[in-house]
Amino acid sequence: MKVILHIWRQDKASTNDNFKQDGRMVRYELADVSPDMSFLEMLDVLNENLIEKGEESVAFDHDCREGICGACGVVIDGVPHGPERGTTTCQLHMRSFKDGAEIYIEPWRAKAFPVVRDLVVDRGSLDRIVQSGAFISVNTGAPQDANAIPIPKSDAERAFDAATCIGCGACVAACKNASAMLFVGAKVSHFAYLPQGRVERDSRARNLVKAMDEEGFGNCTNQNECEAVCPKEIPVRVIADMNREYLRAKAREG
Amino acid sequence: MSWLSSFWRSSIGGKVTMAVTGLMLFGFVVSHLLGNLQLLQGKDKINGYAKWLHDLGPMLWVMRIGLLAIFVLHVWTALRLSRANKNARPVAYAKPSTVQATMASRSMLLSGLSLLVFIIYHLLHFTLGVVSAEHHDLKLADAGGHDVYTMVTTAFSVPAIAIAYAAFQVVLFLHLSHGIQSMAQTIGLHHARYSPMIKTVSFLVALVIAGGNMLLALSVMLGLVGGAQ
Repeated sequence: MKVILHIWRQDKASTNDNFKQDGRMVRYELADVSPDMSFLEMLDVLNENLIEKGEESVAFDHDCREGICGACGVVIDGVPHGPERGTTTCQLHMRSFKDGAEIYIEPWRAKAFPVVRDLVVDRGSLDRIVQSGAFISVNTGAPQDANAIPIPKSDAERAFDAATCIGCGACVAACKNASAMLFVGAKVSHFAYLPQGRVERDSRARNLVKAMDEEGFGNCTNQNECEAVCPKEIPVRVIADMNREYLRAKAREG
Repeated sequence: MSWLSSFWRSSIGGKVTMAVTGLMLFGFVVSHLLGNLQLLQGKDKINGYAKWLHDLGPMLWVMRIGLLAIFVLHVWTALRLSRANKNARPVAYAKPSTVQATMASRSMLLSGLSLLVFIIYHLLHFTLGVVSAEHHDLKLADAGGHDVYTMVTTAFSVPAIAIAYAAFQVVLFLHLSHGIQSMAQTIGLHHARYSPMIKTVSFLVALVIAGGNMLLALSVMLGLVGGAQ
Protein backbone atom coordinates (compact mmCIF):
# COMPACT_ATOMS: atom_id res chain seq x y z
CA MET A 1 0.00 0.00 0.00
CA LYS A 2 0.95 3.63 -0.47
CA VAL A 3 0.60 6.44 2.05
CA ILE A 4 1.04 10.20 2.01
CA LEU A 5 2.55 11.50 5.23
CA HIS A 6 2.47 15.01 6.64
CA ILE A 7 5.07 15.10 9.40
CA TRP A 8 6.06 17.88 11.80
CA ARG A 9 9.74 18.70 11.23
CA GLN A 10 11.60 20.88 13.70
CA ASP A 11 15.40 21.21 13.94
CA LYS A 12 15.81 23.12 17.16
CA ALA A 13 14.38 22.36 20.58
CA SER A 14 11.42 24.47 21.70
CA THR A 15 12.01 27.06 24.37
CA ASN A 16 9.51 28.97 26.46
CA ASP A 17 10.17 32.08 24.37
CA ASN A 18 9.80 30.37 21.04
CA PHE A 19 7.66 27.31 21.34
CA LYS A 20 7.32 26.86 17.62
CA GLN A 21 11.03 27.11 16.71
CA ASP A 22 10.45 27.30 12.95
CA GLY A 23 8.88 23.87 12.70
CA ARG A 24 6.54 22.97 9.86
CA MET A 25 4.53 20.13 8.40
CA VAL A 26 6.41 18.40 5.56
CA ARG A 27 4.79 16.10 2.97
CA TYR A 28 6.32 12.70 2.14
CA GLU A 29 5.08 9.94 -0.13
CA LEU A 30 5.86 6.37 0.80
CA ALA A 31 5.13 3.40 -1.49
CA ASP A 32 5.47 -0.33 -0.84
CA VAL A 33 4.18 -0.15 2.70
CA SER A 34 3.07 -3.54 4.00
CA PRO A 35 -0.24 -3.60 5.91
CA ASP A 36 1.53 -5.86 8.44
CA MET A 37 4.12 -3.22 9.31
CA SER A 38 3.75 -1.46 12.60
CA PHE A 39 3.39 2.30 12.42
CA LEU A 40 6.95 2.74 13.71
CA GLU A 41 8.32 0.25 11.14
CA MET A 42 6.66 2.36 8.47
CA LEU A 43 8.53 5.39 9.88
CA ASP A 44 11.75 3.30 9.89
CA VAL A 45 11.27 2.65 6.16
CA LEU A 46 10.66 6.34 5.56
CA ASN A 47 13.84 7.19 7.43
CA GLU A 48 15.89 4.68 5.41
CA ASN A 49 14.59 6.30 2.25
CA LEU A 50 15.46 9.76 3.59
CA ILE A 51 18.98 8.67 4.59
CA GLU A 52 19.55 7.15 1.13
CA LYS A 53 18.56 10.48 -0.39
CA GLY A 54 20.94 12.24 1.98
CA GLU A 55 18.16 13.96 3.92
CA GLU A 56 17.77 14.26 7.66
CA SER A 57 15.75 11.38 9.12
CA VAL A 58 12.60 11.96 11.18
CA ALA A 59 13.31 11.79 14.93
CA PHE A 60 10.75 9.88 17.02
CA ASP A 61 10.82 8.23 20.44
CA HIS A 62 10.55 4.46 20.83
CA ASP A 63 11.97 1.71 22.98
CA CYS A 64 10.33 -1.65 23.68
CA ARG A 65 7.95 -1.72 20.70
CA GLU A 66 5.80 -4.06 22.76
CA GLY A 67 3.34 -1.49 24.08
CA ILE A 68 4.60 -1.57 27.66
CA CYS A 69 7.33 1.07 28.04
CA GLY A 70 5.51 4.29 27.22
CA ALA A 71 8.36 5.74 25.17
CA CYS A 72 6.66 5.89 21.78
CA GLY A 73 3.75 8.08 20.94
CA VAL A 74 2.84 10.51 18.21
CA VAL A 75 -0.39 12.24 17.35
CA ILE A 76 -1.83 10.56 14.26
CA ASP A 77 -4.59 12.48 12.46
CA GLY A 78 -5.24 14.42 15.66
CA VAL A 79 -5.49 11.34 17.87
CA PRO A 80 -2.61 10.35 20.19
CA HIS A 81 -1.44 6.79 19.36
CA GLY A 82 -3.75 6.75 16.34
CA PRO A 83 -7.16 5.34 15.52
CA GLU A 84 -7.18 2.04 17.46
CA ARG A 85 -8.42 2.04 21.08
CA GLY A 86 -6.13 0.86 23.85
CA THR A 87 -3.09 0.77 21.58
CA THR A 88 0.32 2.41 21.69
CA THR A 89 1.81 3.78 18.47
CA CYS A 90 4.23 0.82 18.24
CA GLN A 91 1.34 -1.65 18.42
CA LEU A 92 -0.62 0.16 15.72
CA HIS A 93 -0.37 -1.48 12.30
CA MET A 94 -0.66 -0.04 8.83
CA ARG A 95 -3.70 -2.24 8.15
CA SER A 96 -5.61 0.32 10.24
CA PHE A 97 -5.18 2.76 7.34
CA LYS A 98 -6.58 2.76 3.84
CA ASP A 99 -4.35 2.46 0.79
CA GLY A 100 -3.43 5.96 -0.33
CA ALA A 101 -4.36 7.48 3.02
CA GLU A 102 -3.08 10.93 3.97
CA ILE A 103 -1.74 10.69 7.51
CA TYR A 104 -0.87 13.69 9.68
CA ILE A 105 1.83 12.98 12.26
CA GLU A 106 2.55 15.50 15.00
CA PRO A 107 4.31 15.50 18.36
CA TRP A 108 2.44 15.69 21.68
CA ARG A 109 1.43 19.35 21.99
CA ALA A 110 1.69 20.86 25.46
CA LYS A 111 3.64 23.63 27.13
CA ALA A 112 4.85 21.06 29.65
CA PHE A 113 6.14 18.86 26.78
CA PRO A 114 8.60 21.03 24.83
CA VAL A 115 9.56 19.56 21.47
CA VAL A 116 13.16 18.32 21.42
CA ARG A 117 13.21 17.59 17.71
CA ASP A 118 10.61 16.59 15.10
CA LEU A 119 8.26 14.18 16.91
CA VAL A 120 10.30 13.84 20.10
CA VAL A 121 9.11 15.72 23.18
CA ASP A 122 10.63 16.13 26.62
CA ARG A 123 8.32 14.41 29.10
CA GLY A 124 10.52 15.23 32.11
CA SER A 125 7.55 17.06 33.62
CA LEU A 126 5.84 13.70 34.22
CA ASP A 127 8.99 12.36 35.92
CA ARG A 128 9.16 15.41 38.19
CA ILE A 129 5.52 14.84 39.20
CA VAL A 130 6.30 11.21 40.05
CA GLN A 131 9.32 12.32 42.10
CA SER A 132 7.08 14.63 44.14
CA GLY A 133 5.08 11.80 45.66
CA ALA A 134 4.08 8.91 43.41
CA PHE A 135 5.83 6.33 45.59
CA ILE A 136 5.66 4.77 49.03
CA SER A 137 8.43 5.25 51.57
CA VAL A 138 9.88 2.01 52.93
CA ASN A 139 12.96 2.97 54.87
CA THR A 140 14.12 -0.25 56.45
CA GLY A 141 13.54 -3.95 57.05
CA ALA A 142 12.74 -6.92 54.89
CA PRO A 143 9.52 -7.04 52.88
CA GLN A 144 6.70 -8.68 54.80
CA ASP A 145 4.75 -11.65 53.55
CA ALA A 146 2.73 -10.66 50.52
CA ASN A 147 -0.55 -11.76 52.06
CA ALA A 148 0.07 -10.44 55.60
CA ILE A 149 -2.19 -7.43 54.95
CA PRO A 150 -5.50 -8.49 53.42
CA ILE A 151 -6.70 -6.18 50.63
CA PRO A 152 -10.27 -6.39 49.31
CA LYS A 153 -10.33 -7.63 45.73
CA SER A 154 -12.22 -4.58 44.47
CA ASP A 155 -9.59 -2.27 45.99
CA ALA A 156 -6.76 -4.32 44.52
CA GLU A 157 -8.39 -4.14 41.10
CA ARG A 158 -8.94 -0.38 41.27
CA ALA A 159 -5.34 0.13 42.31
CA PHE A 160 -4.10 -2.16 39.57
CA ASP A 161 -6.19 -0.47 36.89
CA ALA A 162 -4.46 2.79 37.79
CA ALA A 163 -1.05 1.14 38.11
CA THR A 164 -1.11 0.04 34.47
CA CYS A 165 -0.21 3.64 33.48
CA ILE A 166 2.97 3.63 31.39
CA GLY A 167 3.43 7.41 31.54
CA CYS A 168 3.34 7.91 27.78
CA GLY A 169 1.62 11.31 28.02
CA ALA A 170 -1.13 10.58 25.49
CA CYS A 171 -3.73 11.86 27.98
CA VAL A 172 -2.05 15.26 27.98
CA ALA A 173 -1.75 15.25 24.19
CA ALA A 174 -5.44 14.39 23.75
CA CYS A 175 -6.81 16.81 26.34
CA LYS A 176 -8.24 19.99 24.85
CA ASN A 177 -6.66 21.78 27.82
CA ALA A 178 -3.36 19.83 27.84
CA SER A 179 -4.20 18.67 31.35
CA ALA A 180 -2.25 15.86 33.02
CA MET A 181 -5.05 14.92 35.38
CA LEU A 182 -5.54 11.38 34.07
CA PHE A 183 -1.83 10.71 34.61
CA VAL A 184 -1.73 12.28 38.07
CA GLY A 185 -5.08 10.69 38.93
CA ALA A 186 -3.61 7.30 38.03
CA LYS A 187 -0.68 7.91 40.37
CA VAL A 188 -2.99 8.97 43.21
CA SER A 189 -5.44 6.13 42.63
CA HIS A 190 -2.65 3.57 42.31
CA PHE A 191 -1.69 4.12 45.97
CA ALA A 192 -4.90 5.43 47.56
CA TYR A 193 -6.63 2.03 47.59
CA LEU A 194 -3.70 0.14 49.13
CA PRO A 195 -2.82 0.06 52.85
CA GLN A 196 0.85 0.66 52.04
CA GLY A 197 -0.09 3.81 50.15
CA ARG A 198 -2.57 5.18 52.67
CA VAL A 199 0.18 6.14 55.13
CA GLU A 200 1.26 9.06 52.95
CA ARG A 201 -2.02 9.73 51.18
CA ASP A 202 -2.44 13.34 52.35
CA SER A 203 1.04 14.56 51.50
CA ARG A 204 1.00 12.58 48.25
CA ALA A 205 -2.23 14.17 47.03
CA ARG A 206 -1.04 17.66 47.94
CA ASN A 207 2.45 17.25 46.49
CA LEU A 208 1.36 15.62 43.23
CA VAL A 209 -1.24 18.31 42.52
CA LYS A 210 1.24 21.06 43.40
CA ALA A 211 3.91 19.56 41.13
CA MET A 212 1.37 19.13 38.33
CA ASP A 213 0.26 22.76 38.59
CA GLU A 214 3.86 24.02 38.62
CA GLU A 215 4.64 22.23 35.35
CA GLY A 216 2.07 24.34 33.48
CA PHE A 217 -0.47 21.67 32.55
CA GLY A 218 -4.08 22.76 31.97
CA ASN A 219 -7.19 21.93 33.99
CA CYS A 220 -9.60 19.08 33.45
CA THR A 221 -13.02 20.04 32.09
CA ASN A 222 -14.37 16.47 32.15
CA GLN A 223 -14.46 15.97 28.40
CA ASN A 224 -12.97 12.48 28.76
CA GLU A 225 -10.76 12.63 25.66
CA CYS A 226 -7.88 11.28 27.76
CA GLU A 227 -9.75 8.10 28.59
CA ALA A 228 -10.45 7.52 24.90
CA VAL A 229 -6.79 7.55 23.86
CA CYS A 230 -5.10 5.99 26.89
CA PRO A 231 -3.30 2.87 25.60
CA LYS A 232 -3.95 1.23 28.97
CA GLU A 233 -7.60 2.38 28.98
CA ILE A 234 -7.33 3.99 32.40
CA PRO A 235 -10.79 5.34 33.25
CA VAL A 236 -11.57 8.97 34.24
CA ARG A 237 -12.65 7.47 37.57
CA VAL A 238 -9.04 8.06 38.67
CA ILE A 239 -9.54 11.82 38.20
CA ALA A 240 -12.52 11.72 40.59
CA ASP A 241 -10.31 9.72 42.98
CA MET A 242 -7.63 12.41 42.78
CA ASN A 243 -10.16 15.22 43.35
CA ARG A 244 -11.51 13.39 46.39
CA GLU A 245 -8.06 12.61 47.80
CA TYR A 246 -6.95 16.21 47.32
CA LEU A 247 -10.08 17.61 49.02
CA ARG A 248 -9.62 15.16 51.88
CA ALA A 249 -5.97 16.14 52.27
CA LYS A 250 -6.83 19.85 52.24
CA ALA A 251 -9.61 19.32 54.79
CA ARG A 252 -7.18 17.54 57.14
CA GLU A 253 -4.38 20.08 56.65
CA GLY A 254 -3.40 21.94 59.80
CA MET B 1 -4.86 32.58 54.60
CA SER B 2 -2.18 30.42 53.01
CA TRP B 3 -4.49 27.42 53.26
CA LEU B 4 -7.18 29.23 51.35
CA SER B 5 -4.89 30.86 48.81
CA SER B 6 -3.07 27.62 48.01
CA PHE B 7 -6.41 25.88 47.57
CA TRP B 8 -7.80 28.72 45.48
CA ARG B 9 -4.75 28.85 43.22
CA SER B 10 -4.55 25.09 42.72
CA SER B 11 -6.07 23.48 39.64
CA ILE B 12 -8.41 21.30 41.69
CA GLY B 13 -9.33 24.22 43.94
CA GLY B 14 -10.40 26.11 40.82
CA LYS B 15 -12.40 23.15 39.55
CA VAL B 16 -14.11 22.68 42.91
CA THR B 17 -14.93 26.40 42.99
CA MET B 18 -16.60 25.96 39.60
CA ALA B 19 -18.52 22.91 40.83
CA VAL B 20 -19.73 24.42 44.12
CA THR B 21 -20.71 27.80 42.66
CA GLY B 22 -22.22 25.93 39.72
CA LEU B 23 -24.31 23.83 42.09
CA MET B 24 -25.58 26.98 43.83
CA LEU B 25 -26.43 28.65 40.52
CA PHE B 26 -28.16 25.43 39.48
CA GLY B 27 -30.22 25.68 42.66
CA PHE B 28 -31.15 29.23 41.71
CA VAL B 29 -32.16 28.22 38.19
CA VAL B 30 -34.43 25.51 39.63
CA SER B 31 -36.13 27.86 42.11
CA HIS B 32 -36.39 30.56 39.41
CA LEU B 33 -38.25 28.13 37.17
CA LEU B 34 -40.49 26.84 39.96
CA GLY B 35 -41.39 30.40 40.92
CA ASN B 36 -42.08 31.47 37.36
CA LEU B 37 -44.17 28.44 36.48
CA GLN B 38 -46.82 30.11 38.67
CA LEU B 39 -47.38 32.27 35.61
CA LEU B 40 -49.40 29.34 34.29
CA GLN B 41 -51.57 29.44 37.41
CA GLY B 42 -52.84 32.92 36.69
CA LYS B 43 -52.27 36.57 37.39
CA ASP B 44 -53.01 36.57 41.12
CA LYS B 45 -50.77 33.62 41.83
CA ILE B 46 -47.61 34.93 40.13
CA ASN B 47 -48.13 38.51 41.29
CA GLY B 48 -48.66 37.25 44.85
CA TYR B 49 -45.37 35.39 44.57
CA ALA B 50 -43.64 38.56 43.34
CA LYS B 51 -45.09 40.52 46.27
CA TRP B 52 -43.99 37.82 48.72
CA LEU B 53 -40.44 37.98 47.32
CA HIS B 54 -40.32 41.76 47.59
CA ASP B 55 -41.79 41.74 51.09
CA LEU B 56 -38.79 39.70 52.23
CA GLY B 57 -37.07 43.08 52.37
CA PRO B 58 -33.51 42.80 53.69
CA MET B 59 -33.51 39.02 53.12
CA LEU B 60 -34.11 39.62 49.42
CA TRP B 61 -31.02 41.82 49.32
CA VAL B 62 -28.98 39.20 51.15
CA MET B 63 -30.02 36.68 48.50
CA ARG B 64 -29.38 39.09 45.64
CA ILE B 65 -25.91 40.03 46.84
CA GLY B 66 -25.08 36.41 47.63
CA LEU B 67 -26.23 35.32 44.20
CA LEU B 68 -24.20 38.05 42.54
CA ALA B 69 -21.09 37.06 44.51
CA ILE B 70 -21.50 33.40 43.54
CA PHE B 71 -22.09 34.39 39.92
CA VAL B 72 -19.00 36.61 39.78
CA LEU B 73 -16.90 33.86 41.38
CA HIS B 74 -18.17 31.33 38.83
CA VAL B 75 -17.40 33.55 35.84
CA TRP B 76 -14.10 34.80 37.25
CA THR B 77 -12.84 31.28 37.98
CA ALA B 78 -13.98 30.08 34.56
CA LEU B 79 -11.96 32.82 32.87
CA ARG B 80 -8.91 32.11 35.05
CA LEU B 81 -8.99 28.38 34.30
CA SER B 82 -9.67 28.93 30.60
CA ARG B 83 -6.67 31.20 30.30
CA ALA B 84 -4.48 28.62 32.01
CA ASN B 85 -5.85 25.95 29.66
CA LYS B 86 -5.08 28.06 26.62
CA ASN B 87 -1.54 28.70 27.86
CA ALA B 88 -1.03 24.99 28.44
CA ARG B 89 -1.06 24.34 24.68
CA PRO B 90 0.91 27.08 22.93
CA VAL B 91 0.96 25.31 19.53
CA ALA B 92 -2.29 23.87 18.19
CA TYR B 93 -2.49 20.63 16.21
CA ALA B 94 -2.36 21.02 12.44
CA LYS B 95 -5.11 18.40 12.19
CA PRO B 96 -7.26 18.53 15.32
CA SER B 97 -9.62 15.69 16.15
CA THR B 98 -12.15 14.77 18.83
CA VAL B 99 -12.85 11.18 19.83
CA GLN B 100 -15.63 11.23 22.42
CA ALA B 101 -15.96 14.70 23.97
CA THR B 102 -19.53 15.97 23.63
CA MET B 103 -20.37 19.25 21.92
CA ALA B 104 -21.78 20.51 25.24
CA SER B 105 -18.53 19.77 27.09
CA ARG B 106 -16.42 21.45 24.42
CA SER B 107 -18.49 24.62 24.34
CA MET B 108 -18.78 25.32 28.07
CA LEU B 109 -16.88 28.62 27.87
CA LEU B 110 -18.87 29.76 24.84
CA SER B 111 -22.23 28.69 26.28
CA GLY B 112 -21.30 30.23 29.63
CA LEU B 113 -20.36 33.58 28.10
CA SER B 114 -23.51 33.54 25.96
CA LEU B 115 -25.55 32.98 29.12
CA LEU B 116 -23.73 35.90 30.74
CA VAL B 117 -24.85 38.16 27.91
CA PHE B 118 -28.38 36.78 28.12
CA ILE B 119 -28.57 37.25 31.90
CA ILE B 120 -27.41 40.86 31.61
CA TYR B 121 -30.09 41.47 28.98
CA HIS B 122 -32.69 39.65 31.10
CA LEU B 123 -31.90 41.83 34.16
CA LEU B 124 -31.92 45.02 32.08
CA HIS B 125 -35.28 43.97 30.68
CA PHE B 126 -37.39 42.64 33.59
CA THR B 127 -35.54 43.77 36.72
CA LEU B 128 -34.09 47.19 35.91
CA GLY B 129 -36.31 48.28 33.02
CA VAL B 130 -33.51 49.71 30.91
CA VAL B 131 -34.25 47.70 27.76
CA SER B 132 -37.87 47.78 26.44
CA ALA B 133 -38.73 49.98 29.42
CA GLU B 134 -42.43 49.92 28.51
CA HIS B 135 -42.62 46.32 29.75
CA HIS B 136 -41.04 47.17 33.08
CA ASP B 137 -43.40 50.15 33.43
CA LEU B 138 -46.35 47.73 33.24
CA LYS B 139 -45.05 45.93 36.29
CA LEU B 140 -45.14 49.12 38.32
CA ALA B 141 -48.44 50.35 36.85
CA ASP B 142 -50.88 48.58 39.13
CA ALA B 143 -51.33 45.83 41.76
CA GLY B 144 -48.97 47.64 44.12
CA GLY B 145 -46.01 47.57 41.75
CA HIS B 146 -45.82 43.77 41.47
CA ASP B 147 -47.70 43.13 38.27
CA VAL B 148 -45.11 40.82 36.75
CA TYR B 149 -47.93 38.93 35.03
CA THR B 150 -48.79 41.82 32.72
CA MET B 151 -45.12 42.66 32.21
CA VAL B 152 -44.14 39.14 31.18
CA THR B 153 -47.21 38.36 29.08
CA THR B 154 -46.88 41.65 27.21
CA ALA B 155 -43.17 41.15 26.61
CA PHE B 156 -43.51 37.56 25.39
CA SER B 157 -46.38 38.45 23.10
CA VAL B 158 -43.69 40.12 21.00
CA PRO B 159 -42.49 37.13 18.94
CA ALA B 160 -38.89 38.38 18.61
CA ILE B 161 -38.50 38.61 22.39
CA ALA B 162 -40.18 35.26 23.08
CA ILE B 163 -38.05 33.51 20.46
CA ALA B 164 -34.86 35.14 21.76
CA TYR B 165 -35.65 33.96 25.29
CA ALA B 166 -36.50 30.49 24.02
CA ALA B 167 -33.33 30.30 21.94
CA PHE B 168 -31.16 31.04 24.95
CA GLN B 169 -32.76 28.08 26.71
CA VAL B 170 -30.99 25.86 24.18
CA VAL B 171 -27.72 27.39 25.38
CA LEU B 172 -28.79 26.87 29.01
CA PHE B 173 -29.59 23.25 28.19
CA LEU B 174 -26.11 22.69 26.71
CA HIS B 175 -24.42 24.34 29.68
CA LEU B 176 -26.39 22.41 32.30
CA SER B 177 -26.30 19.04 30.55
CA HIS B 178 -22.51 18.99 30.89
CA GLY B 179 -22.35 21.10 34.03
CA ILE B 180 -24.48 18.93 36.30
CA GLN B 181 -22.57 15.71 35.60
CA SER B 182 -19.29 17.59 35.70
CA MET B 183 -20.02 18.82 39.25
CA ALA B 184 -20.28 15.23 40.52
CA GLN B 185 -16.99 14.18 38.90
CA THR B 186 -15.17 17.27 40.18
CA ILE B 187 -16.09 16.78 43.81
CA GLY B 188 -14.97 13.17 43.51
CA LEU B 189 -18.26 11.35 43.03
CA HIS B 190 -17.69 8.55 40.57
CA HIS B 191 -19.18 5.11 40.53
CA ALA B 192 -19.01 2.38 37.94
CA ARG B 193 -22.77 1.89 37.99
CA TYR B 194 -24.12 5.29 39.02
CA SER B 195 -21.92 7.61 36.94
CA PRO B 196 -23.64 6.69 33.65
CA MET B 197 -26.95 7.30 35.46
CA ILE B 198 -25.73 10.72 36.64
CA LYS B 199 -25.02 11.56 32.98
CA THR B 200 -28.54 10.59 31.96
CA VAL B 201 -30.09 12.49 34.87
CA SER B 202 -27.91 15.50 34.03
CA PHE B 203 -29.23 15.46 30.48
CA LEU B 204 -32.86 15.06 31.55
CA VAL B 205 -32.76 17.70 34.30
CA ALA B 206 -31.17 20.18 31.88
CA LEU B 207 -33.90 19.33 29.37
CA VAL B 208 -36.69 19.87 31.93
CA ILE B 209 -35.29 23.21 33.12
CA ALA B 210 -34.65 24.60 29.65
CA GLY B 211 -37.96 23.17 28.42
CA GLY B 212 -39.87 24.70 31.34
CA ASN B 213 -38.43 28.13 30.68
CA MET B 214 -39.09 27.77 26.98
CA LEU B 215 -42.67 26.72 27.71
CA LEU B 216 -43.29 29.98 29.56
CA ALA B 217 -42.04 32.18 26.73
CA LEU B 218 -43.67 30.22 23.91
CA SER B 219 -47.04 29.65 25.59
CA VAL B 220 -47.43 33.42 25.95
CA MET B 221 -46.29 34.02 22.38
CA LEU B 222 -48.83 31.48 21.10
CA GLY B 223 -51.58 33.13 23.13
CA LEU B 224 -52.11 30.18 25.50
CA VAL B 225 -51.32 32.36 28.50
CA GLY B 226 -52.04 36.04 28.96
CA GLY B 227 -54.41 38.27 27.03
CA ALA B 228 -57.62 39.33 28.74
CA GLN B 229 -57.67 37.52 32.04
